[in-house]
Amino acid sequence: MSSTPASTTTIETPVGTAKTMVLNMGPQHPSTHGVLRILLELDGETVVKAMPDMGYLHTGIEKSCEDKTYSQAITLTDRIDYLNPLGNNLAYCMAVEKLLGIEVPKRAQYIRVLLVELQRISSHLVWLGTHAIDLGAMSVFLYCFREREEILKIFEFVAGQRMMTSYIRIGGLALDPPTGWLQRVEKFLKMMPSRIDEYEELLTGNRIWIGRTKDVGYISAEDAIALSMTGPTLRAAGVAYDNRKLFPYSSYEEFEFDVPTRTDSDCFARYMVRIAEMRESLKIVRQAMNKIPPEGPVRTNAPGIVPPEREKMKTEMEALIYHFKIFTEGFSPPPGEAFATVESPRGELGVFVASDGSPKPLRVHFRAPSFINLQALPKLIEGRLLADVIACIGTIDIVLGEVDR
Amino acid sequence: MTETGKQNANVVVEGLRSWNPNAIAEVIEFRGETTIVVPPDMLLSVAEHCRDNKSLQFNLLTDATCVDRFPLEPRFELNYHLVSIPRRDKLRLRVRLPGNDPVVDSLVPVWPGANWLEREIFDLFGVRFNDHPDLRRILMPEDWEGYPLRKDYPVEGYRDIPPSATRYTRNRP
Repeated sequence: MSSTPASTTTIETPVGTAKTMVLNMGPQHPSTHGVLRILLELDGETVVKAMPDMGYLHTGIEKSCEDKTYSQAITLTDRIDYLNPLGNNLAYCMAVEKLLGIEVPKRAQYIRVLLVELQRISSHLVWLGTHAIDLGAMSVFLYCFREREEILKIFEFVAGQRMMTSYIRIGGLALDPPTGWLQRVEKFLKMMPSRIDEYEELLTGNRIWIGRTKDVGYISAEDAIALSMTGPTLRAAGVAYDNRKLFPYSSYEEFEFDVPTRTDSDCFARYMVRIAEMRESLKIVRQAMNKIPPEGPVRTNAPGIVPPEREKMKTEMEALIYHFKIFTEGFSPPPGEAFATVESPRGELGVFVASDGSPKPLRVHFRAPSFINLQALPKLIEGRLLADVIACIGTIDIVLGEVDR
Repeated sequence: MTETGKQNANVVVEGLRSWNPNAIAEVIEFRGETTIVVPPDMLLSVAEHCRDNKSLQFNLLTDATCVDRFPLEPRFELNYHLVSIPRRDKLRLRVRLPGNDPVVDSLVPVWPGANWLEREIFDLFGVRFNDHPDLRRILMPEDWEGYPLRKDYPVEGYRDIPPSATRYTRNRP
């Protein structure tokens, strides 16, 4: 295992001595998917050294969480990785639930799984569309966004919001999904497999696509683990590390699905892994649909933590008191720390919550997969051509909101 | 906590203890998670042992973060979250550092992925890491004053703009 770190010393080129030049890529470059700036030292068209520079979107979400009650902070988690808001909700709520030591009803767990898997498909669709547009395939982008729209419509129907859903709450869900929502999911499930075939027809055998992605951006499995990479990028290197299988949460152990891996570890392998993951997610959604019981609670019975039902508040004094207390001062978990991890579309998303026994968290930390995967970018592109930089940024699949938090 | 989880935790703790009794200052079990508190000067060797020992194999450093317990002392708590992919196990290493001079050895030689994580802690908490190859701010501007995630740093920031930040506001009306 090489122990040399991803080199990030300052680029200093003495004037007139070297034949290299320094190029500023970003922060307004369209293929950096946000505001990422990369300092590239170029020798002709070859990248000698790369130095990512970020923080342009730093909004101090972790600091803001410390000034909110545990329930209020959920709305902030949506805005970290804006392609995976439900996954962020889930990770944060799981961490707080672990801290409190409460269980979530099975029905809510299955609904969570279903929604998070739909979210994974929609996130991969955005990735595929934007990655293809970076490499010059315009039409895939339009097809991907057409299908993503269907997923967002389901979210809007269920949670009332297309993107910043805040639907998963501490102890369960915000409210029961409306009647008829499973028919919409069913319609989507019928449509989607043939659509994924369409993307594959457009890209998988396409000579230009293969030329731009095959053998580009190689990283060995040892280096990927050493650099803490997770998610499809690590699985494309042959390591079947998936939190849903290794450390199952939210009843994932009851679902049957495969963890797709490849061994080539290039941009094409990462593309193939994500396409296969979309198909696996469809399998999980199908199983979850059959598992969700038609009736049952979606919130755990934990007075003082989970807000009471509307009806109860009108008839029971205690319910009214709890409701008032939850929304004015919040609840106080016991002092301690909890770290919950979920498999987000980009890799392992972890939330670390520390409590000092007060109604506001002492510390909330997000282990952002985009941030940590981006660290490997210099390793992927150094020694390669400038045009490959774009393919590599694309297949790491970064969301700058999550990188900077 | 499941039975196997408990056994795993015992194996790890006993393994470390038999390797070096000074490596463990305290073991905390909370909600099924094992935290091993390590003396700051032992951190690097404990991390190396965790990675290389055949019965531990913690090959992946998933996360490193800091907690500021101001005004308590020792003020800073560094938490390193380790995962062993072959053994399907998790572990948290913790180091406690004083507030007046928070310095600890960098873990970049053990896990190169610690590079940016430690830079983030340095940027937001002001904890310094010995022998870090590139200890610079990562999220805040280079000339930012103060460490925003410290508890004595106000949530809304400082109303008085520090002189070094005037270049961001100088040209505004």
